[in-house]
Amino acid sequence: MHNPQLNDRGELTHLLSTEGLPRAILTQILDTAESFMEVSAREVKKVPLLRGKSVFNLFFENSTRTRTTFEIAAKRLSADVINLDIGRSSTAKGETLLDTIDNLCAMHANLFVVRHASSGAPYLIAEHLRRIGRDDIHVVNAGDGRHAHPTQGLLDMYTIRHYKKDFSNLRVAIVGDILHSRVARSDIHALTTLGVPEVRAIGPETLLPKHLDKLGVHVFHDMEAGLKDCDVVIMLRLQNERMNGALLPSAGEYFRHYGLTPQKLALAKPDAIVMHPGPMNRGVEIHSAVADGPQAVILPQVTFGIAVRMAVMSIVAGN
Amino acid sequence: MNILIENGRVIDPGQAVDREATSLFVVAGRIAAIGEAPAGFVADEVVDAAGCVVCPGLIDLGARLNSIEAELAAAVAGGVTSVVVPPDADPPLDEPELADRLVHRGREIGKARVLPLGALTLGLQGERLSELAGLKKAGCVAFSQAKVPVVDTEALLRALEYAASFAFPVFLHPQDHWLSRNGIAHDGEVAARLGLAGIPVAAETIAIATIVQLVRDTGCRVHLTRLSSAAGVTLAKAAMAEGLPLSFDVGVHHLLLTENDIGFFNTHARFQPPLRTQADRAALSAAAAAGFAAICSDHTPVGADDKLVPFAEAKPGATGLEVLLPLTLKWAEQEGVALSAALARITSAPAAILGLSGGSLAIGAAADICIFDPEAEWQLTPEALKSRGKNSPWLGCQMSGKVRRTLVGGRVVY
Repeated sequence: MHNPQLNDRGELTHLLSTEGLPRAILTQILDTAESFMEVSAREVKKVPLLRGKSVFNLFFENSTRTRTTFEIAAKRLSADVINLDIGRSSTAKGETLLDTIDNLCAMHANLFVVRHASSGAPYLIAEHLRRIGRDDIHVVNAGDGRHAHPTQGLLDMYTIRHYKKDFSNLRVAIVGDILHSRVARSDIHALTTLGVPEVRAIGPETLLPKHLDKLGVHVFHDMEAGLKDCDVVIMLRLQNERMNGALLPSAGEYFRHYGLTPQKLALAKPDAIVMHPGPMNRGVEIHSAVADGPQAVILPQVTFGIAVRMAVMSIVAGN
Repeated sequence: MNILIENGRVIDPGQAVDREATSLFVVAGRIAAIGEAPAGFVADEVVDAAGCVVCPGLIDLGARLNSIEAELAAAVAGGVTSVVVPPDADPPLDEPELADRLVHRGREIGKARVLPLGALTLGLQGERLSELAGLKKAGCVAFSQAKVPVVDTEALLRALEYAASFAFPVFLHPQDHWLSRNGIAHDGEVAARLGLAGIPVAAETIAIATIVQLVRDTGCRVHLTRLSSAAGVTLAKAAMAEGLPLSFDVGVHHLLLTENDIGFFNTHARFQPPLRTQADRAALSAAAAAGFAAICSDHTPVGADDKLVPFAEAKPGATGLEVLLPLTLKWAEQEGVALSAALARITSAPAAILGLSGGSLAIGAAADICIFDPEAEWQLTPEALKSRGKNSPWLGCQMSGKVRRTLVGGRVVY
């Protein structure tokens, strides 16, 4: 099957998902990000890799935080950044997604950063660009429905590599609402591609997709058993609307069984790191003593996120 | 008007006829003879069917006619001479007058025969019964909820009791409302990977179990439409083996495609019910090959804009009338099903489900005939289709089997 993320030469032209990307490309992104870490520490935090290029942030779903990190990354690459709050403009007037894209193409966009509530929306845009012959415009998925959030997945990989050096001897647990989580899917594909021998998913059956085992994941319903001897613990955010209802009885019961407390974390390896894509619900999925504790690397994740997004944008749209 | 169709391979699955290079004689709109000319026959028109198969016109158990003229032209271009139309039109077909108008319009257009299904309940709301007897009188061949589930099981029980009182058959699409309302794709590996909300197989099996129990209690004749799962087939076959008045069909796309064909969010592979696993596809195929299930197109024309949207927002369904025959042939070849047995699934089997005398080339039957070249190849492009619905997972693919002539009631309509 044609992989819409790669061009005819097998190079990354869109970043839509971590699934289906060769290990060499994932590693190239992480290596490039590493080279950008130093840029953010400079007095003048800029490199000219996207000078003269226009990056359009198309957020069909609100997310100030993710949008801001993409904006910072694009500006450090010297790109012009245009933020479009689509939710309140064109589509509200009935314009279709692809009509919006055609209009923005006419404004000489070079790169679309797309956040959309529907799984697969960035694929639709990439396919449309191919059909209209605009190979010069690139798409970076900033989160689509429950499907993928590849830059978050990659910054998670960067964080793991930074602290653990090597993927090939790790046990990684992802805990919480995997069913609705695009971050979890992007992490799972990246981890398995990078050679992590054991990826675990921990949560109640109501928050796990069916056939998760087919993605190469070991499923645990018991958090204590699942955390045992793990090197990395990735906690997921539990959305407010899922806390009380058919999926879970209450936030309190969830925290008792799937919240990360210092006692539960003690079951993992002593040097295990704790990650979270943010924003956190303290007391729901994570205890403050863990979130603020020495094993948490949640804030470094945010810093690495800028470098990873710079790397992705410079690779797909750089000269 | 006397028509001679000569040199064709005449296949009539209903009568176990399969004869090479045979003549078929049509007199006054009816089949007069196969092989020997009837006494005094003089042809007004001769159709040379050399290299072609001459078979009964196809009967499609489910096709939506959004733009009726174009879709009926598409039907006969696909060799379909009778089209069963589900009631989920706008407005739903829940009043005798609407059914009457549809039948009348179909006759006026004079292509394929239009066989409407009346709405079982008003507005397909699943609450109040439609005037079933009045709809029947207006030309409805059976009653149905299209793909809208009846949520209230008591309403369904009453509807089947009422239909049984008049011996009216009911078409039901087995899909549990609660388990299917938010779903987009089969609740399996592909949905897990792509982050699409799942529709579990239980949505189908729970509905079948409910329907089967109500058939047992009411004796109502029920036809289950568009089964999608191996477990569903097992339940339906068990009920048929028990002797219940039950039948079922499968959409032709479900015989050939699986959840994997969604690929990277291909909206043309969005169906209702969803494409499921390879094991499900194999079970549907086996049920059709063994003669348990009829095959239908489930023709659903969808505008291009309604497919050029994210997967979850795309309208389900594919164009079907003009691909029913080539896809059935493709399935038969792939699964090693004999041509005559494959044609039975789209001619005599649906006729039996509807209790019609059609779908046959018996002497005296209406001359509804399809003449097709089984070897002729053509490419499926939007331009190649007469239907307004250009939506197909097969766009760009080569199809084998091209209809050359279609006759309805002895008139050449294509």
